Amino acid sequence: MPDVTGSSPVIVDAGEMRRVAFLGGIYSNYLALERALALARERCVDAVFALGDFGAFGPHPDRSVEILREAGVFAIQGNYEESLASGADDCHCGYTDPRDDHFARISYDYTRDNTAAEHQRWMGTLPGHIRLRIGGRRALLCHGSPRTINEFLWRSMTPDPFIRRLLRDHDTDLVVCTHTGLHWSRFLEPGRGVVNCGALGRPANDGRRDVWFAVVEAEGEGVRCDFVPVAYDSERLAREMEDEGLPPEFSTTIRTGYWTTCLEILPARERALGRH
Amino acid sequence: MSATGAAAAGEHPEAPLFALDVLWFHVAGSLCNLECRHCFVSASPTNHRFGMLDLATVKRHLRDAEHLGVKEYYFTGGEPFLNPEILPILEAALGQGPVSVLTNGLLIRSGTARALRRLWDGSPYSLDVRISVDGWDAASNDPIRGEGSFERILAGVRHLAAAGLNPVITVTEACQGAASSAGRARFLDFLREIGLPKPRLKVMPLLRLGAETGRTRAYAAWENLRGRTLSRDEAAALGCSSGRIVTSEGVSVCPILVDSPEARMGSSLEETLRPFRLSHSACYTCHAEGLSCRT
Repeated sequence: MPDVTGSSPVIVDAGEMRRVAFLGGIYSNYLALERALALARERCVDAVFALGDFGAFGPHPDRSVEILREAGVFAIQGNYEESLASGADDCHCGYTDPRDDHFARISYDYTRDNTAAEHQRWMGTLPGHIRLRIGGRRALLCHGSPRTINEFLWRSMTPDPFIRRLLRDHDTDLVVCTHTGLHWSRFLEPGRGVVNCGALGRPANDGRRDVWFAVVEAEGEGVRCDFVPVAYDSERLAREMEDEGLPPEFSTTIRTGYWTTCLEILPARERALGRH
Repeated sequence: MSATGAAAAGEHPEAPLFALDVLWFHVAGSLCNLECRHCFVSASPTNHRFGMLDLATVKRHLRDAEHLGVKEYYFTGGEPFLNPEILPILEAALGQGPVSVLTNGLLIRSGTARALRRLWDGSPYSLDVRISVDGWDAASNDPIRGEGSFERILAGVRHLAAAGLNPVITVTEACQGAASSAGRARFLDFLREIGLPKPRLKVMPLLRLGAETGRTRAYAAWENLRGRTLSRDEAAALGCSSGRIVTSEGVSVCPILVDSPEARMGSSLEETLRPFRLSHSACYTCHAEGLSCRT
């Protein structure tokens, strides 16, 4: 797969750090975002990075963007930000099934109509990638994969030889990504591998209401990755989603911890873990 | 959007190979235990044009694929479960990446389903069993796939479900109405009824090749990509920009064109890491109808 964004991605160098937090898709879950930032501060991280898809799925998309901007979070574009900033008519999520597309359309139209023009302009200023060093290891932050903004890197579909190729082709030790909404990591050797930091926007299709982010810190020759569960007022979020007229399928996911949409894109192994 | 695969006036465009992400194995050759009336490679019990791939051959190409960082493996035929080494072959592939196997399901009896479940349990990667069916009942399916095939396909599906595996059901547009939203909904209900609580469905357009040319028609003269220019996005959507297939006769560009001599690109994967000219009429279907062979 090529980089199909059609332009060379802007890459920012964020320098060297010891311990950092990575936030995956926020999907307008501003309540979980507030809790995650508090948890990251408790862990004394050097910086927080948000890897895109700030809107979608949840209510009041401006609230998450305002929290991110006020907190000084380093942000890159996800496919949502790229689409909103460029005036695209869909989210370019990469779905292939009509039902998935139907819900993606509702989600994108709501987010676009409720995101301030100034925030959409700001999204257009964000880089596509960030490079930094964690201890002695080079990390490349991206939304989907280093080569394509909407490529899904699922645990069960990202084999070790492919990870080796990504690291080699993109001159890095560590790829940090999101886009799938499910967190996982795999290291081929200390400090060399992939961290998918999951999503703050909705639960991990595991029957728990918690959402997740990742903290990566230097440890010996490599790095250590901890996934941090975030408990938040999910009932309040679900009610606000209903008040905003978002589909009941979305609030059901928030309340049950199981995905009800985006199901067809799930690989066999990840699909088997959910209820639907 | 930058253009790629630009064609000179009157020529067919080329699809670049962006990366070898997907490797197919024509593991059963052209041998099949059905003789479907729409089969674009005319697989049948008597078609021996392509031979089966043995475990040693598959392993040799898997080693090359590992070096190239291939992301997914697919096994097709003919009918893959006619290959006596299919289970060790799938096990070898699952050792280094996710696997899809495309089958008619007739040979998936309870023992085979349990063996597939063991392969699933033994790998961190996904195993997708893709079963083809062409109707909601025998009356719609059997005229296409053969007398009595519907019940035998369903038996395979049920054996997989009993083993805790959730196959992807593939249906072609030979099943009237399957591509419409009402048709999809009907199919999903049907799959729930036969014991798949989380149904997975893939609807494929028809390819006017092989047996299908006798059932409906061959490609018309205008169905080709001559003179077209493909954008980078359009080229990236084509299977040939990220995949290749190993057959008994060498490595070809894609599973659709195994019968076409011009689609044969070399004897090793390395020899096929180059652009492919989209001169076949079937390339028109992939482009115009957005056909993707991937699961």
